Amino acid sequence: MATSRDDFVIAIRSAFLKKGNKQRFSLVALILFSIVLIVLSRINFPAINYLKIGLNEVVYRVSFIVSLPEQQLNRSLIAINNHLNLYNNHDQLKEKFKSLRGKELDNEYLKFENERLRKLIDEYIINTEELVAKVLLDKESPFLRSLILNKGSKDKIRIGMAVLDGPYLVGKVVEVNYATSRVLLISDLNSKIPVILEPGDIQSIMSGSGKNNGQIQYFKTENILNEKKIVFTSGSGGIFKSGIPIGEINSGEEIKFFSDLSQLTFVKVVSFNKENN
Amino acid sequence: MSVQTKRTKLKRFLAFAPLILLFASTLNEFDFNYLNYKYFSFNFPFILIYYWSLKRSESLGYGYIFIASLFNDVVLGFPVGLSGLTYFIICGFAAYLRNITLRPDIVKDWLFFLLTILVATSINYILLTTFFSVNVNYYDLTGNIFFTFLLYYLFSYIFDIYQRFVFKEQTND
Repeated sequence: MATSRDDFVIAIRSAFLKKGNKQRFSLVALILFSIVLIVLSRINFPAINYLKIGLNEVVYRVSFIVSLPEQQLNRSLIAINNHLNLYNNHDQLKEKFKSLRGKELDNEYLKFENERLRKLIDEYIINTEELVAKVLLDKESPFLRSLILNKGSKDKIRIGMAVLDGPYLVGKVVEVNYATSRVLLISDLNSKIPVILEPGDIQSIMSGSGKNNGQIQYFKTENILNEKKIVFTSGSGGIFKSGIPIGEINSGEEIKFFSDLSQLTFVKVVSFNKENN
Repeated sequence: MSVQTKRTKLKRFLAFAPLILLFASTLNEFDFNYLNYKYFSFNFPFILIYYWSLKRSESLGYGYIFIASLFNDVVLGFPVGLSGLTYFIICGFAAYLRNITLRPDIVKDWLFFLLTILVATSINYILLTTFFSVNVNYYDLTGNIFFTFLLYYLFSYIFDIYQRFVFKEQTND
């Protein structure tokens, strides 16, 4: 019994404390060093932040180049799929186009009326500044759903700016480097956005599910979601302006996003400012 | 240039393949997520680090693993040092198994790999959720562990063939 315990201790000591064949560092030293780095990251030690910023700039660019073959494979798969579904999509789009033409005119009228009425009650009008950025990397792992953009602080990108795919919200900027930035997608578990469900004027918080959809959280139980609802940003908290479309709920609490988050190549980074009347 | 010299050069280049694969996989994080299968994803660096630490530790130096872990932290947006700790735990488990093994057996390696990734991923998960307040989907993570475990057998088989081709002459020396 004592011999087997001795063997175990010797094997552990040899694995962790001794330098292996052609190894410059012992494992235990590197484990301790990693723990020190984690603790320093936790307390936001300035040197670690500088190290991270430096690494970000280099690694994002290199990672973009390394990802090119995989991106090409992804694009090819999408192209094949699109070709296979071309005929069905064409028929569906023709139908949709017909109904949208009518709605567009109604929408224009409502927009002008809304602006006129807002000015009447002294409500502020929101002014937007936007710039287009290219998606360098598209990271959708079980741990994180994020994008890396090719615009950073030199292009006046700031933390908290909204990121749109056409008119639809896809995420917000959470990290800004000199020439790149990271966007947390709305599908990420850590993304929490104040939303409003229409029709019904139901205020809620939308969270990502870690998959390609979102979930409604913190809403009153009497607001049973038994009919189709459109999800817009509510503007609460002053991060985004109100009324940016996000997705729709057909049943339950699951939100189907309007934008396909796995196929983003260019996005708009937008900041909203209050315009004085 | 003789055929023999060309072959030697090719083998010398191929000897760096595990290292190149490690950096490519941490920078690219290729896990076939774009196929959009609901729970399918796997952690290739785990397989790579465990296999090579177990079978031929000099192919992946700890220093290189540390640099690759920093790259992985940046790409995934993790706190600096977290992937390093996870990778070195895997290295430690593999080194321990190497020390106690007299007759290597793929099934034993495979089952020990499951224990290794369970411990490494649990530490990773606990640190992320408690220390850094990051939400991680537990079911996705379980799926990731399961497929990483399953695919180890396949990759181990491929790496064995590769090892026989590239390092045969060096081992005979």
